Amino acid sequence: MASPPLDLARPRRRAGRRRGSLAGWKFVSPFMALFALVFLAPIGYSIYLSLYKTQLIGGTHFVGLQNYSDALKDSQFWTSFSRVALFLVIQVPIMLGLALFLALAIDSGRLYGAAFFRISVFMPYAVPAVVATLMWSFMYGTQFGLVRDIDKHFGVTLPDPLSPHLILASIGNIVTWEWVGYNMLILYSALRVVNPSLYEAAAIEGAGQWRIIWSIKLPALRPAIVIATIFSIIGSFQLFNEPSILKHLAPNAITTYYTPNYYAYSLSFDGQQFNYSATVAIIMGVVTMIIAYAVQLRGIRKAV
Amino acid sequence: MTTETVRPRRPRNSTPPIRAKARRAPLKRRKSLTLTVLCTVMLVYSLLPLAWLAINATKSQQNLFNSFGLWFKGFGFFSNLGDTFSYEHHIFARWLLNTLLYVVVGAGGATLLATLAGYGLAKFDFVGKKAVFATVIGAVAVPATALAVPTFLMFSKMGLTDTPWAIIIPSLISPFGLYLMWTFSAEAVPAEIMESARMDGAGEFRTFFSVSLPLLGPGIVTVLLFNVVTTWNNYFLPLIMLKNQDWYPLTLGLSTWNDQAHTAGGDVVFNLVITGSLVTIIPLIAAFLLLQRYWQSGLSAGSVKG
Repeated sequence: MASPPLDLARPRRRAGRRRGSLAGWKFVSPFMALFALVFLAPIGYSIYLSLYKTQLIGGTHFVGLQNYSDALKDSQFWTSFSRVALFLVIQVPIMLGLALFLALAIDSGRLYGAAFFRISVFMPYAVPAVVATLMWSFMYGTQFGLVRDIDKHFGVTLPDPLSPHLILASIGNIVTWEWVGYNMLILYSALRVVNPSLYEAAAIEGAGQWRIIWSIKLPALRPAIVIATIFSIIGSFQLFNEPSILKHLAPNAITTYYTPNYYAYSLSFDGQQFNYSATVAIIMGVVTMIIAYAVQLRGIRKAV
Repeated sequence: MTTETVRPRRPRNSTPPIRAKARRAPLKRRKSLTLTVLCTVMLVYSLLPLAWLAINATKSQQNLFNSFGLWFKGFGFFSNLGDTFSYEHHIFARWLLNTLLYVVVGAGGATLLATLAGYGLAKFDFVGKKAVFATVIGAVAVPATALAVPTFLMFSKMGLTDTPWAIIIPSLISPFGLYLMWTFSAEAVPAEIMESARMDGAGEFRTFFSVSLPLLGPGIVTVLLFNVVTTWNNYFLPLIMLKNQDWYPLTLGLSTWNDQAHTAGGDVVFNLVITGSLVTIIPLIAAFLLLQRYWQSGLSAGSVKG
């Protein structure tokens, strides 16, 4: 297998130019047809739903933006929203910080067995969120988990990770475990395409390791960090699987509006309030896009 | 682990560079013990839960409760494995086959569509190309779960809920895969090669299959692996789309078994949940380990250019 030239700086867009519109569309249209069915149509339908209300008496009727103003006054929505916001500002920096540290360490060439570290730290990515959550919840368990083992062997009573005031941190730990290696790999891949002659030149100029990290590696990593941050923000706002699986273990700690996504899910599938649920989902979608866009703009502006 | 034996990408200090292309000169650096120790902490964090799972998959339901979590007590792995597969009329085997179906058709189809479209976007100029690109990239930011409710309602009107199609159709679209294939095709397929194939009279699809496809290999493996993971690990979509347990994938089945223990009168089968979890993750871990030289080069090339 010939590995492709990795270091051509920019995608070469000029290729095949003026080769008739038709050929390009032939390649793109199967994707776009399905894309319209599973992305565009649901988004359109969602917006439509959010403008109507279904009542037991009177049926479905148009209500304009009333669902939106209801949602913005809904304390359950705001509770769930501030919970994921808190999660976002604490968990994402910790996770990306660890990922950055690992990527720099593995790339530095000063680590024994770097390839082994790289693949091992990445492995949790291959584990389904369901299995990750089940596994950690067993380990958290005071019945037969590691927490019980530690309690028993050291004669202490650790706080219960599944209690209401610790469960968000416990979820943060699961999410960090799942994604730190994936983010490390994104950053590491970006470091690999840095031209090594830059390091040599810097070393000749007498720059130390820290200086090289600060002046060459971090600027080179900026686009990758922006992308990883955006993905992490989207992930945080979508938080659902982990709390939904932990709910059976900690019914008192996890409410039906624990995260916005969970709230939308409960509204639809427990409460049959499809219109209101669509509204909550759209608000979260818009907020996510605005924040992702802002991060991107900031990332680009700083790079200039 | 196989990492060191599968053609190391960075030449080791003593070995001469295999090809002239190996760009990074083997910088001779002192290895740092402190750094290795710090990273080992992260390594233990990453692998400990997996070790816990493997160890506890060997314990009977009773021994789970009366033994230390990180050591063995009795060896009941094979009896657990047998029980996992035979429990409730072999439904676990059914779940495994369902998961394979969703992965082969869903992730396989998604990879094919993303490859064709990414190549089309990278290599041709056509009316509406910018609009296509903007729409798809914009869609990446839409939370997939925001689409779940309307998709469910649409599918239920079409009579697709509670059928495999409800899982397969949404899995066929991967905007991230498209993005990766776009950046990858732009670099991996030189225009000159396409041009010379055309001179020989090959049509666009002929050129694609005979000339371009082989060059796209690492990119395709990368996208395929990531699509396989997404589909194999999918939980939210099956959760809302499926009522009939016969169509469940492994993830949903396992969480159902786990929930049993917390329902009044439910059968407590933690040993089967743990063994089933181990069975669920082994194929993916094996795939990543065996294919690492492909997906790692695919990732570097496609990684985050802009």
